Amino acid sequence: MKDIRYLDDISSLVLTDEKCVGCGLCIEVCPHGVFEMQHNKARIVDFNACMECGACVNNCPSGALSVSPGVG
Amino acid sequence: MASPVQPRQTLSTPGVTILSGMDGQIPAGLPVSAAPLAAHEKPGYRMCSYVKTFIKTDAGHIPIITSLLGKADLFSTFYVRCGINRHQYTVAPGLYGIGEPDKTSDVLVTANFKLTFDHLRKALAHVNAWILVLDTNGVNVWCAAGKGTFSTRELVTRIKTTSLDKIVDHKRVIVPQLGATGVSAKDVKTQSGFRVVYGPIRANDIPVFLQNHRIADKQMRQITFSLYERFILTPVEIQMALKPSLIAIIALFILSGFGPGIFSFSGAWERGVLAVYALVAGIISGAIATPVLLPFIPSRAFALKGIIVGSIFAVLVLLPMANTINGIAGGLALFLFSVTISSYLAMNFTGATPFTSPSGVEHEMKQYIPVQLACLAISTGLWIYAAF
Repeated sequence: MKDIRYLDDISSLVLTDEKCVGCGLCIEVCPHGVFEMQHNKARIVDFNACMECGACVNNCPSGALSVSPGVG
Repeated sequence: MASPVQPRQTLSTPGVTILSGMDGQIPAGLPVSAAPLAAHEKPGYRMCSYVKTFIKTDAGHIPIITSLLGKADLFSTFYVRCGINRHQYTVAPGLYGIGEPDKTSDVLVTANFKLTFDHLRKALAHVNAWILVLDTNGVNVWCAAGKGTFSTRELVTRIKTTSLDKIVDHKRVIVPQLGATGVSAKDVKTQSGFRVVYGPIRANDIPVFLQNHRIADKQMRQITFSLYERFILTPVEIQMALKPSLIAIIALFILSGFGPGIFSFSGAWERGVLAVYALVAGIISGAIATPVLLPFIPSRAFALKGIIVGSIFAVLVLLPMANTINGIAGGLALFLFSVTISSYLAMNFTGATPFTSPSGVEHEMKQYIPVQLACLAISTGLWIYAAF
């Protein structure tokens, strides 16, 4: 999906580094490759690809992720 | 996203725990043909065509389904793709098997939209597995996960009601990756004892995923939105535009009748036809051309993509009719109208794509709906003015 992009700088995705336990589940569930593992922690590497589907938030075991989309 | 619809009564509706694989559409007294299935016939219920046989397990008889799609399946797929009856296209939730599943076989979780169910079984031609169908009111996995019916609660309930722990001797369910929007692996484990393994996005990747010891490579985890994937969605876009269009057409004919003699029926007809051309151009541009050409159109905002493509369509349709349109005001009115329709429908398509964020769509709507309304008002004014 690198060829089709939506609006930049608009996603409400927040990753709180200190809370990340490095389980890698966000990398597994994200359908847009937003995250990558760096130094045993998840990092946001493609913020503008996020579509706020909430899969990462729902599966993060330590509450390190949040999205707060509007009504759409 | 589809709206929730009450499912029709099925044999595995909560409280009526009999069997998945049957639905209750037709009255009793039908001829029994396939001998292995005869024992499972129930008065008032018809065996679903995809059920091949039944297998005895420690938790009762489970229907084994075929991976082959029959003519009827293909016809109904076509209808549903055209938007016909797509909100009532369901299979009974519950447990099914495919191939020759045993206690070690994997359990694949899916939704009870028949399009989803058919797509899954077609991909499992050489696989032995259990299929756990959740009740999502006939909505696909991703949309249902977003709306909360493909959920932790539904999965946990379904694991318990089907006595999955008696069917398999492992504690593992494979949930499609896109289901993660509605499922929390941690909560499923706590509440049911079963561990969620996220499978690939596409059902076609499941056989390779299973062979690779349930490891999905990066490509299996990334969503795509290819030309074909965009095109296949357009009939539903058209179908959804049909009803509002009929109302719009009536309004256009009435509006076109206003003129020097207050109202003229010949004016309504002659000018109304021109306005309908502009409407049709806008619909084709916004509901077909823009979705199909999506990545090739400049700009990120769908509404603006619709304006760009809509302008080209409007010029192409209106130019050949230039001498029948009343002056520049009339031409401008039709142009603005056609472009506005295209822009609105293109914006509407954000709801069908796999990459638009709700925050982005909200931002776009706040920006472009006022523009679209203003264009519509100016267009109406100009069209009436042009008649004088």
